[in-house]
Amino acid sequence: MKLLIKGGTLIDPATGKVGELDLLVIDGRIAKTGVNLSAGDAEVLDAAGKLVTPGLIDMHVHLREPGFEAKETIFSGSCAAARGGFTSIACMPNTNPVADCAAIISYIRGRARKAGKVNVYPIGAITSGSKGAELAEMGDMQEAGAVAFSDDGQPVISAGLMRRAMQYAGMLNMTIISHCEDKSLASGGVMHEGYLSTVLGLPGIPACAEEVMVARDILLAEETGCPVHIAHVSTAGSVRLVREARARGIRVTAEVTPHHFTLTDEAVTGYNTSTKVNPPLRTGADVAAVRQGLADGTISVIATDHAPHTIEEKDVEYGLAPFGMVGLETAVGLVWTELVATGILTPLEAVAKLTLNPATILGLPKGELAVGADADITIIDPAATWTVDPEQFASKGRNTPFAGRVLQGLPYATILGGRIVMREGALA
Amino acid sequence: MGLSGKDLVGLQHLPAEEIKLILDNALPMKGIIQRQIKKVPTLRGHAMVTVFYEASTRTRASFDLAAKYLSADTIGITAATSSVKKGESLRDTARTIAAMGADVVVLRHPLAGAAELLARTLKAAVINAGDGAHEHPTQALLDLFTVNEKKGRINGLKVAIIGDILHSRVARSNIWGFTRLGAQVRLAGPATLMPPGVEQMGARVCGRIEDALDGADVVYILRIQRERQQQGLFPGVREYSRLFGLNAARLKLAVPDALVMHPGPMNRGVEIDPEIADGLQSVITEQVTNGVAVRMAVLYLLTGGGSQHEITY
Repeated sequence: MKLLIKGGTLIDPATGKVGELDLLVIDGRIAKTGVNLSAGDAEVLDAAGKLVTPGLIDMHVHLREPGFEAKETIFSGSCAAARGGFTSIACMPNTNPVADCAAIISYIRGRARKAGKVNVYPIGAITSGSKGAELAEMGDMQEAGAVAFSDDGQPVISAGLMRRAMQYAGMLNMTIISHCEDKSLASGGVMHEGYLSTVLGLPGIPACAEEVMVARDILLAEETGCPVHIAHVSTAGSVRLVREARARGIRVTAEVTPHHFTLTDEAVTGYNTSTKVNPPLRTGADVAAVRQGLADGTISVIATDHAPHTIEEKDVEYGLAPFGMVGLETAVGLVWTELVATGILTPLEAVAKLTLNPATILGLPKGELAVGADADITIIDPAATWTVDPEQFASKGRNTPFAGRVLQGLPYATILGGRIVMREGALA
Repeated sequence: MGLSGKDLVGLQHLPAEEIKLILDNALPMKGIIQRQIKKVPTLRGHAMVTVFYEASTRTRASFDLAAKYLSADTIGITAATSSVKKGESLRDTARTIAAMGADVVVLRHPLAGAAELLARTLKAAVINAGDGAHEHPTQALLDLFTVNEKKGRINGLKVAIIGDILHSRVARSNIWGFTRLGAQVRLAGPATLMPPGVEQMGARVCGRIEDALDGADVVYILRIQRERQQQGLFPGVREYSRLFGLNAARLKLAVPDALVMHPGPMNRGVEIDPEIADGLQSVITEQVTNGVAVRMAVLYLLTGGGSQHEITY
C-alpha cells in the first residue's frame, strides 16, 4: 500500500526543518521525502497549500470508558481525536473502575485497537482507585502498556505519598503527571476567585490553590529526580514556578489547554456551564502569562484535557454541573487562531508542542517525519476558516464554550500508519 | 414607560431610570396596603408561582401577599434541594410550571445563576427572590424605597454595609442599587468574609467598622450565619459581636438621624444590639412593609403595567 502526499509544506520538529516536499508512504512507514516524487502506483493526496506534520499527539484526554459510556466511549473519543487531527492520545485513568491495574490498562488498549482510529496510550493511576492512600501497581501497568502515571481529576493530597510515588515511578523511568490543586484552598469553588466570582456570587478557586501544589511537586521532583509533568497549567504563578524550576535543571515539564490560553473568567458571565472547568478559566493576566510561557518554551506541550459530559449533566445550575469541556475537535483551530496567526508561536513551534514534545515526555516512538518512522501524519489547512458547530462533533460531548466561534486552521486529513482515517472532516 | 426586560434577575444591569420607575410605582402600592380593603383588580387573571428551593418565611409571604393584593392567583411550590439531585432538574420543573400557564415565576434558590437559567428557559417573567450569593434584587429595591422615603433622596448618601459580604446576595444587589442611584457605599466585615475585587463593583472596603460608620447616613447590618464559624471563616460570634456588632457607641459615629437597617432575620445580640434594633433609628419593620409594596410594583410592571405610557409618551 502506497500513499504519496504531494505539494505540502513538511514540518518536522525532530529536525527543525520546514520545506515544500513530497512524502511517500509505503506499508505504513515513511519511505521517502523529496521534491517532485513520482507517484508510480501510489495513491496521491494533494496537499498543496497545506501543512504536513507528524501525527498530532494529545497527552491529556478523558475517554470515559469503562464506566461512563454515556459521556464518551473509546470508539467515539477515538473518532473525535481523528477528526481533530490527532493520531495518538493518552487517556486519563479516572474511569470506573479507575485504571489502576494492568487488567484495565489492557482492556483499554484492546478496546482502542478494536476502534482502530488512533493510537490510544493509557495513563495509569498513581494510587489505588486514585484515592490517594496506597500506591497502585505501577510496574505491572507499565508492562501492560501504561505510558505515565496520574491521579488526574484528583490531586495527590499527601506530600508524603506523592514523594513515594515519584521515587517509585522514577525507578521505572516513568513520568508522573500531576493535577495540582490544593483542595483546602479550592474548597467548593466553581470558578476563578476574583472580581467576577464576586459579581456572579459563585464560590471561587484562588490561583494559589494550583500554585501551592505546583511548588510542592517541583520540590519533590528535585528531591526524587523523577520527571514530573504539570497538567493543565492555568495561572501566571504556576508558569513562573515552572520556568524557574526548568532554569535550575529540574526535570519538570508543563502543558496548557487551548481553553486556558484563549478564554478568561469573563466567559463565565451568563452562567454557561460549558465554561465550568477545572482548573478554572483565569484572568487576562494569566492568559498572557501562559502565552508567554508557550512562547519562551516554559510550556512545551499543548494538550486538550478533553472532558466530555452529557447534555443532561451540564444543563443544570452552574454549581451542580460537572467540571470539564471537550477539546479534541477544536484544538487545531484554537492553536492556529490564537497562537500561530497572532505570531506567538511559529508553525514549527506549535507543531512541536502537539507532537514531538509530548512524545518525548511519554517515551513514545512518535512525533517525527523521519524515513522509516510510523506513517502517522496530520495534514492541516492553515488558511481554512470555519465555525465551531458542536452538532458536527464525533465526540459524544457537546460541552464546548466555543460553539459559534469562527476559527482559522482546520485538520484536513489524519493518517494513521499510512491509512487515511479522516479526510475533510469525514471519518473513513 | 415600562421595564425593558422580561425578568428581574438582578440590579447589576438595571438602569437607574428603571430602578426609579419601580420605586415610583411602589408608592401608590404602599397606599393600597394601608387601605382598609387591600385589594385592587390590577392583576386579575394573572398567575404567579413561587418556587422556593430554600427555606424562607418573609420573602415568600411578601410576594404572596403582594400578588394577592393585586388580585393575581398564586401558588407556592417548595422544592427541597435534596430532591434536585435525585429527581427533576430545575429546567424541567420550570417547564412544568410554565405549561400550567404561570405569568410570573418567583424563584428562591441556593445556587447562583439559577434565576438566569430559569429566565432563559421560560417565556414567563422570572423574578429572582435570591440565588445563592448572587443577587436579591427585590430586597435591594425595598431598601432603596425605604431610604428614599425617609431621607428624600439616595444621591449623595453614605451607606455602610456591615458583615458577611462574601456570602451576601443582599449586599451585592444593594451595592449595585445604591451606587447606581448616586450613593457612596462602604463595606466592613471580617477580612475572611470580604469578597475579592468587590471595590470594582464601586464600593469602598474599610478595614475597621468605625471607618465605615463615620458620618454614615444609612447603617445596613447583615446577618452573620453561625455555620461560617464551623467553616473556619471567623473565630466565633462572641468576637464577631465585639469587633463588628452594631451598638449604641458605634452608632454615634454615624450622622444623628442615620437609618439602621437589616434584611432579617436578625441575630439579636450578635450583629446588632437589641436596643438598636428596636430603637428610634431602626426602620427594620418598615422594610418589611415596603417589601410588599415594592414587590407589588415589580409584579405590576413585569406583567406589562406602565408600558402603555410608551405609546402616549
